[in-house]
Amino acid sequence: MHRIALAMLLAAAPVLAIADDVPAPLRPGAGQETVERICSGCHTTSYIRMNAPFLSEAQWKAEVTKMRQVFGAPIEDDEVAEILAYLIAEYGAPK
Amino acid sequence: MHRRTLMLGSGAALLGAREAAAAGALSDPGLPAGTREVAEMASPPGKVKLIRLTDRPPNYETPLEAFRTPITPNNRFFVRYHLAELPTMAELKDWTLTLGGDAAAGTAKLTLADLRRLPAAEVTAVCQCAGNRRGLFSPHVPGVQWSIGAMGCARWRGARLRDVLKLVGMKPEALEVRFHGSDHGPLSETPIFRKSLPMARALDPNTLIAWEMNGAALPLANGFPARIIVPGWTATYWMKHVTSIDITSAADDGFWMQKAYRVPHGVFPAAAPFPSQDTAQNSPVTDIVVNTLVTDPVADSRVHAGGFEVRGIAWDGGSGIHQVEVSIDEGKTWQTAKLDKDLGPFAFRAWRHPIARVAPGPVALRVRATANNGAVQPDQLMFNPAGYHNNAVRTVHVVAA
Ligand code: HEC
Repeated sequence: MHRIALAMLLAAAPVLAIADDVPAPLRPGAGQETVERICSGCHTTSYIRMNAPFLSEAQWKAEVTKMRQVFGAPIEDDEVAEILAYLIAEYGAPK
Repeated sequence: MHRRTLMLGSGAALLGAREAAAAGALSDPGLPAGTREVAEMASPPGKVKLIRLTDRPPNYETPLEAFRTPITPNNRFFVRYHLAELPTMAELKDWTLTLGGDAAAGTAKLTLADLRRLPAAEVTAVCQCAGNRRGLFSPHVPGVQWSIGAMGCARWRGARLRDVLKLVGMKPEALEVRFHGSDHGPLSETPIFRKSLPMARALDPNTLIAWEMNGAALPLANGFPARIIVPGWTATYWMKHVTSIDITSAADDGFWMQKAYRVPHGVFPAAAPFPSQDTAQNSPVTDIVVNTLVTDPVADSRVHAGGFEVRGIAWDGGSGIHQVEVSIDEGKTWQTAKLDKDLGPFAFRAWRHPIARVAPGPVALRVRATANNGAVQPDQLMFNPAGYHNNAVRTVHVVAA
């Protein structure tokens, strides 16, 4: 339900008069597709790349929780672990 | 296992030497590596050579070179949005401003022509994002990783907000004035961007609803056709494309007032309180803190050992700049710079200082400003979890030859 809504939204994403339009590829890795699909619904995935690599596991967890609970990101319960594993592996603070 | 020395090639390496020099601050090693990779020079519609951090929503900062004049040109002025659905010029043609609220005595709907019929006022003021220099926080905190350029200074012209509020009148219980603009999130679940001011600030004669910036219409990305101007306060209150103004008897309890833009109590003393938004946990970000930016020489450049000039700008939240000092010995001794023309207490104040002969080799320039209210830039960052008000004294490293 949520997934379909978001996919439609992305397909229809208007070219904004104010911004130029640049693709923001994420790093290949397990979970990349899920993260690109969900985390580009409201903003470019550059928000992830820009905030790297300094967020700890706990901080990425807090970010994903914030996106879900505060901003209403349509993330299913069973997608959370995959998203977090990807963010921590590819964009987390060096351990 | 997945530990990486992140991001091959910094943003600067990708740009080519000339553009990298223009980007200047974005090759700053104090920024997160990922930010340096993402950042690129870009000229979105209506703008020339800004540093793009994100395109959706648009977040573009002004490069160092554009701060060599105390007025920032409209086409170099930074762009900051939280939410990605933006109004188009076509939609804004039919723009109206709705006035009301439970503590307003009446309601009204104004067109731009109605607004322009009110007495016009003008103020030169710095518009600075509260998160300017967040990217230079140590340790880093999440958010848009701004370097030095999420700010600008312009001559704003418009109606006084208090004259606009008078059109509807207010009841004795009026507590806050609340603004809403026409940008919103792609999903309706995201809290709408709404901000409020305490009554005293809303009625301050310097608080405007402006339709002009540096003698021209506001650029689309800076709030066309009208935005709120709150000289001395951070840009979060300067609502762009403002479409409704409500006089309310209750404190706004939206996310952008009560959860975002908050600082720990007592860390950043404010000239005037905003008591209706103080909570047990924290206070709202309000006044711009005293700060400086060195525009010349640029970090890592060569200077003449026989003597060179240090130049830059200084600003604060409206008390004005008392003095700017320069040190070339790690802060042991300070020399007083010469302040250029005063464009008013809310504006950038240009300054310059000649440095006499120095020994060839590395030179570390430190600059600090003192405001007329006595506030001085701190040596150390005043850390706060959301990354606001970074006004720590910075060091510009150059090489004398
Ligand atoms: C429902 C909309 C929405 C979705 C979906 C969404 N975000 Fe966000 N995100 C936001 C908003 C709004 C902001 C604030 C933007 C700003 O202030 O510039 C934000 C900001 C961020 C930031 C900057 C730090 C901060 O807290 O402001 C990061 C990092 C981020 N998002 C990561 C993600 C990731 C990872 C995902 C996918 C799991 C995601 N976002 C999905 C709405 C969303």
